[in-house]
Amino acid sequence: MSDFPTSAKVVVIGAGIVGNCLVGHLARLGWTDLVLLDKGPLPNPGGSTGHASNFIFPVDHNKEMALLGEQSANQYRDMDLSVDSGGIEVARTQERMDELQRRMTSAKAWGIEAHLLDPAQVKELVPFVNDDVILGGFYCPTVSVVDSLETGTVMRKEAIEKAGCQVFANTEVLDILTDDTPRPNGRRKVTGVVTDKGTIDAEHVVVACGVWSNQIAYMADTYIPLVPAVHQMADVGPLDVLAETNNEIGYPIVRDMDTFCYERQSAGSMEVGSYAHRPILHHPDEIPSNEEAALSPTEMPFTADDFDQQMEEAIELMDMLGDAEIKYAINGLLSLTPDAMPCLGELPDVENFWAASAVWVKEGPGMAQVVAEWMTHGYPRVIDSHGADVARFYDEEKSDEHIWARASEHFNKTYGIVHPAEQWDSRRHLVEAPFKSRQEALGAEFFQARVWERPQWYTSNADLVERYGLEERPVEWDNRWWNPITVGEHLNLRENCGLIDLSAFQIFELEGPGAVEFADYLAVNKIDVPVFRSVYTPWLNQDGGFHSDLTMMRMAEDRVRIVTGVFDGGRDEFWVRKHMPNDGSVTFTNLTKQISTLGLWGPNAPSVLGQLTDHDLSHEGSPYGSYLPVTIAGVECHLFRISYVGDTGWEIYMPWDEAGTVFDAIMEAGEDHGLRITGGGVYSLSGRIEKGYRLMGAELESEYNPIEAGLARPKVKAADFIGKEAYLAAREAGAEVQCVTLIVDDNVDSNGNERFMQGGNEPILTLDGERIVDSHGRVSRVTTAGYSPSLGKNLLMGYLPNELAVPGTKLQSMYMNGLYSCTVVGSGSAFDPEDTRLKG
Amino acid sequence: MKILCCVKRVPAPGAKINVTADGQDVDAAHLGFTMSPHEECAVEGAVQLIEEHGGEVTVLTLGTGDAEEQLRYAVSVGATHGVLVEADTIQWDPQRTAQAITAAVQELEGDEPFDLIMFGNESADAGGFQVGIRIAMALGRPIVQGIKGVEIGDDTIIARREIDGGFEVYELPSPAVLGIKEGLNLPRYPTMKGRLASKKVELNSITASAAEGGQVRVKLHRPEETVSETVILGMGAEAAAAVVDVLDELGVL
Repeated sequence: MSDFPTSAKVVVIGAGIVGNCLVGHLARLGWTDLVLLDKGPLPNPGGSTGHASNFIFPVDHNKEMALLGEQSANQYRDMDLSVDSGGIEVARTQERMDELQRRMTSAKAWGIEAHLLDPAQVKELVPFVNDDVILGGFYCPTVSVVDSLETGTVMRKEAIEKAGCQVFANTEVLDILTDDTPRPNGRRKVTGVVTDKGTIDAEHVVVACGVWSNQIAYMADTYIPLVPAVHQMADVGPLDVLAETNNEIGYPIVRDMDTFCYERQSAGSMEVGSYAHRPILHHPDEIPSNEEAALSPTEMPFTADDFDQQMEEAIELMDMLGDAEIKYAINGLLSLTPDAMPCLGELPDVENFWAASAVWVKEGPGMAQVVAEWMTHGYPRVIDSHGADVARFYDEEKSDEHIWARASEHFNKTYGIVHPAEQWDSRRHLVEAPFKSRQEALGAEFFQARVWERPQWYTSNADLVERYGLEERPVEWDNRWWNPITVGEHLNLRENCGLIDLSAFQIFELEGPGAVEFADYLAVNKIDVPVFRSVYTPWLNQDGGFHSDLTMMRMAEDRVRIVTGVFDGGRDEFWVRKHMPNDGSVTFTNLTKQISTLGLWGPNAPSVLGQLTDHDLSHEGSPYGSYLPVTIAGVECHLFRISYVGDTGWEIYMPWDEAGTVFDAIMEAGEDHGLRITGGGVYSLSGRIEKGYRLMGAELESEYNPIEAGLARPKVKAADFIGKEAYLAAREAGAEVQCVTLIVDDNVDSNGNERFMQGGNEPILTLDGERIVDSHGRVSRVTTAGYSPSLGKNLLMGYLPNELAVPGTKLQSMYMNGLYSCTVVGSGSAFDPEDTRLKG
Repeated sequence: MKILCCVKRVPAPGAKINVTADGQDVDAAHLGFTMSPHEECAVEGAVQLIEEHGGEVTVLTLGTGDAEEQLRYAVSVGATHGVLVEADTIQWDPQRTAQAITAAVQELEGDEPFDLIMFGNESADAGGFQVGIRIAMALGRPIVQGIKGVEIGDDTIIARREIDGGFEVYELPSPAVLGIKEGLNLPRYPTMKGRLASKKVELNSITASAAEGGQVRVKLHRPEETVSETVILGMGAEAAAAVVDVLDELGVL
């Protein structure tokens, strides 16, 4: 093949739905010199796209998945390669009926038409359903069936026509080449792709080869954490009632949610698919080649024993299936990741090496667009995609052991009812604070934040429930993954003080002659401040939206510390490494596992800490925002006067190895001051929401800017920083929406039960029940919901257009498909709005 | 009537079959398993006969426990009983296999012989063409191979064999043995109910015992494949000029 290229701007590996759409989107964005490779033949090279069931249910509780699903569905529609079949999720249990109410709420949030049906109404739409076994259904008329193979072909042709994309089927990738010159940022750069037809020097390489992605990543000594997993599917027929429609899809798709199965018409037969069988995972090297595979590599031999129960349940729901012949049945492979989200974006270890993996047909075109925009603009524009960012993973999440355990655990939750606070069973206690034994002795109930264990509450504080007269919540869902002790810990902190483990903070340092200048380049706010001062600051992306919000401390003339949250550590470390100068003027160190952190807050915090140090703890000696080296209980610590709970106190940073000493000394000093060890439920939710403090990933996303979030300072620093131009323009334009707190006026539901809102993404509606959408298409929705123990009310946070963001405005919020009246508090705090307690 | 169908567990077709490093077996890593197409037709034929004439179909295989999959498949498409003649490996030589199955048939029959025993014409993997004939001889019953049509007469079995330009028709006294060829019928797929019912059927297990025969496997060898390159000359009318060029090159124009 003499025409095989020796160089290209971009090589995309994998010509499934993602790779094809990716070259198409790159071409639309003006890229040229593209090469698309696949080891299989076209148009169906044998990956997961080729055996997909090709339907899209647009309602998802997760914002990224819902909006990118909808985006994808619309792209299929625009190509006229989609038909709206409608779809019904049927419930066999009351618990599922409750979940369908929650789905109605999400449908409302995303503006998707949906209806709750009784069994007779389900039967009207799908006459062959046995309405005796169901309690009802959730009907979505815009559920669509798409032609993913033809869509891939159309997008590929567009890339060929617009950008001269060269396409090579039957071409196997043998190696990924990187430039291994050591750089201060620790990253390598991709330089090319070795194939069985020749080597291509490449500026960018994109891995879009689904179940094989991690295998390709290994070739560059990095990871795309996913595992090929079996989804069983059987095609049964012929069935006259289906054949008579003379249509590929004439009846709505039925998802039998409680049996984790679906029934989808395919011309004269029915596809029965399952997420109910035991998790069946494979190593990528167990996948046969195209030649070795009887069908295609990802259509593996059907293991019938695993499917028998699903058949029984399918016959229960649709009796006619019993006499239908099983014409085709496969163990189809698809990709699962450790956290059930896709892997998109640039790989942290290797510059210009991109992942577009673990993407299913239902979100393929939209996610391809995300990656294309990421490559073009430095950040995706279509939607905030932090949840899918491949940089989110910690090292502990990249091992096969972890990927397999988590994929096994969440596979059967594909159609599961997953509580927003639900904890993993497997792979716990991977990273723990140095106080672990002390926490266990105090009855810590651990919640896991990615890989870090953090106490959510302590059963040793059970007496607080009685002291404050607290009760369990009347509805089990609101009570799940919750304990009234957390309210007791909150009230005690407000009355006395609490000690909170913050060891999961991710702590980095920049050092060198260029450290401060570089730190300033990352941050909106000025980092070139006096030594021992800290700065809370947004980090923006190139478009002026949030990449992060965090604190940065000037440790010395040439040293800056960065402290960020555990959910953002991977992304933030990557962001620093990606942008840092490679001229040796700055070095990067991750100190997370060398420095432990405790938070001590509450009116008695100064009295407690005062016993352990000679340092002046007054606001003169320890002013707000200062980060001072102070000896506490004989240990050299840093004392950071700040609060994320709204009461006076400090974050105390200490050497990991001596953290126990400090912990014991504080607990002892606090005995007569009402000090209680206090869980993360207070820190990350109840304390925070009372004060309206914003959280990255909730209020703060790339779709919003600091002006809208109420985090813009009066002036803009002179120094350049990422996103400055867009930020200045946004300041000039002014905010269209504002981040506000709302108070729920009445939380009693139609059954007379008090409800306690949680989760997020529930719509905020006008009194007429209308959705509120701004000119950018952003919907007003709950970004954080939580109970305020101090006010005895539920609070909500979210963005509202200026005219509605006025204190006192009456609106409604939806929760489990019920409507609750609420009142806008404003952009400040619902509790102690003057911050008198912080000054205490 | 009572019919016995003998089947063998073999790799499902379509996949490239690799050989293990020691050359003694096929590498089953990526393989699904089935029975040979001849045997599928035999089972279907047997089921159709009892659907018409009443009776029972017993399906029998010699192999390891894995071969239960093929027995249950046969039950899922209408066979009545399944018998596993348990061997330590599926790779027994033809003499030994025939001896073990003959013993099993005798044990199953007692004083009441099967009216008809059906084999596939040859197995899809080894292709020895021996086992059915050896068993028929051992049992002293007539056998005809290559059968593509079966009817039941009065105390006779009428079998048709395809030859160039027509059929040979055989009338065999019952009990008889037939080697069935693909094309006898179009086998049905199992229904979902059939599959579920097959899971509940209790299989009969007989321990195989027979002395090794004379045929020894030395080594399996996978011949080199000649790969012919396929070139797409173009799509639709645009391809016409290129097609003409090729035809010209071949000298057929």
